[in-house]
Amino acid sequence: MPKLSVRTELLVAFAALAVLAMLPAFTSSKALVDFVIRAAAFGLFATSLNLLVGYGGMVSFGHGLFFGLGAYSFGLLMQRTGLPIPVAFALTLVISALSGLVIGAICVRLKEIYFAFVTLAFQMLLHSLIVSWVPLTGGDQGLLGGIPRPTFFGVNLANHIHLYMTSAVLLVVGLLLMRQIAQSPFGYTLRMIRDNPGRTSFLGVNVFRTKLTAFVLAGVFASAGGTIMSLFVSSAYPDFAYWTMSGEAIFIIMLGGTSTFLGPMVGTVVLLLLNDVVTRITPHYGLVLGIVILLFALGLRKGITDFIVEWFDDRRTARITAADAEEGAR
Amino acid sequence: MLEIKNLVKAFGGLRATDDVSMTFETGSLTAIIGPNGAGKSTFFNLITGALTPNSGSIVLDREELVGLSQMQIVRRGIGRAFQIASIFPSLTVEETLLGAAAADSGQSGSLLGRFPAEGTRGEAERVARMLGLWSKRNVPASNLSHGDQKLLDIALALMLRPKVLLLDEPTAGMGPEERWQMIEKVRQLWELEKITVVFIEHDMDIVFKVAPSIRVLCYGRLLAQGTPDEIRSNPAVIEAYLGTAHGEEAA
Ligand SMILES: Nc1ncnc2c1ncn2[C@@H]1O[C@H](COP(=O)(O)OP(=O)(O)OP(=O)(O)O)[C@@H](O)[C@H]1O
Ligand SMILES: [Mg+2]
Repeated sequence: MPKLSVRTELLVAFAALAVLAMLPAFTSSKALVDFVIRAAAFGLFATSLNLLVGYGGMVSFGHGLFFGLGAYSFGLLMQRTGLPIPVAFALTLVISALSGLVIGAICVRLKEIYFAFVTLAFQMLLHSLIVSWVPLTGGDQGLLGGIPRPTFFGVNLANHIHLYMTSAVLLVVGLLLMRQIAQSPFGYTLRMIRDNPGRTSFLGVNVFRTKLTAFVLAGVFASAGGTIMSLFVSSAYPDFAYWTMSGEAIFIIMLGGTSTFLGPMVGTVVLLLLNDVVTRITPHYGLVLGIVILLFALGLRKGITDFIVEWFDDRRTARITAADAEEGAR
Repeated sequence: MLEIKNLVKAFGGLRATDDVSMTFETGSLTAIIGPNGAGKSTFFNLITGALTPNSGSIVLDREELVGLSQMQIVRRGIGRAFQIASIFPSLTVEETLLGAAAADSGQSGSLLGRFPAEGTRGEAERVARMLGLWSKRNVPASNLSHGDQKLLDIALALMLRPKVLLLDEPTAGMGPEERWQMIEKVRQLWELEKITVVFIEHDMDIVFKVAPSIRVLCYGRLLAQGTPDEIRSNPAVIEAYLGTAHGEEAA
């Protein structure tokens, strides 16, 4: 993958933010604004899952736990404590980090399929807790009565455009931070563990600690996505913590590709578009989605952006090999 | 100096390493030979801590290694490359070496700053150049030739700046010409790095030509040791090993 300088990345992020900021001035379409907010929630969620899957080789089936945990923690904090939004948000991230630490300590040592299923089990645990603890969570109905959104620093999240801008900023900042994680020495250590954990530990790396750190960080970013979602719908529903939520994130990264940083973001946009278009023209949304999943999983065996990267890699290898052969011939 | 005394490793009733004692002088180049199943890889596994001996001692520069973890032994300066190259398929050559360098400099957990970690570039380039991998630095390891993957495995071991480098069949699975190139690289790195190198090798022509000192293992025991001339004329070696080895080589 091309290694961009930090400055280039900041520039790209700033440009993206500028475009997003100007968008409402050009269109009065509420659907488009909503789309960006949803893309921010799901984009953070899916990209954080890719930290685990794509970079760490840890396929979690229970990542939705953190999405749901973020939505409920934030929603409940706002409903019950009257804390300012930034404080409640920070607390939400702390709660997710601590949960990630406990759950991760149990899970990350497990081998592939066990890891997948134990993470799933934890997610189902949270889901049943939410459904059954009716006095606190409202059970099946979700958090009742809406989430209060007191104005902070002049930002009023009850205002649609303010919520839109806040989501866009959270998305861009979240992506920048995850990009930094992926490109740090830690991020490369994570790739090494994915490829060959035995050899990595032989190099003196604490494999457990590295994986656990990745698990906690991924959980924190997923919960930020969940928070955006809860603000968007002004509630939180058990579905946010259901296994289908994890499934959706897995599908997104399969669709977009796991080998590029922005693959999950591409996948998010494509899935949301697919979602919006397909539900409009046919009631058989699940059927269409299933076919697309099969096409990618069995037919193509990789995501959209993976193709592009592979093509570049092959060309580069071919070029180097050719240059070498020439040198050898001389 | 690496001193092995009365080393024993039994798998059930099989004594894969049977009371082996030998010394590797600092800066020496030694070949270990022996028929299949003689206990050569087991011997390396004991030295690196991958296996724990039943008894005996392994002393590197006056420090006992038996009882230490694999990691601690790596840190004490025993590096190894594997019989089947153990590398990172999706990382490029350069990323692999820089990753190892980050680990070596204690920066592998750093979330701040960018990869490569500070002060790691020079060493990675030096090692890659020495082993002839520099021109392939941007090739993913999985796209390397078999020989280059073995070289990368050795390069990985070198990134940890070992005092002793153990190479388990560096020429395994290579054609005759490639074997010579490989062993020439090994000899070069031994000369340049001035470290103790021990390699396991099946090809007698290579061993006799390259290694100043040879150790012969057979059924877990040290059958003979000496210079190429001494080994070649050793009756026990001829009887137990050399006769059959050339036959195997042809097969
Ligand atoms: N983990 C193990 N458990 C049981 N037996 C083992 C184990 N490792 C090796 N052995 C046995 O110990 C003996 C020595 O094996 P080792 O791999 O050390 O031989 P080698 O000299 O490296 O052979 P080769 O030339 O085929 O690589 C063999 O009989 C082997 O089957
Ligand atoms: Mg062996």
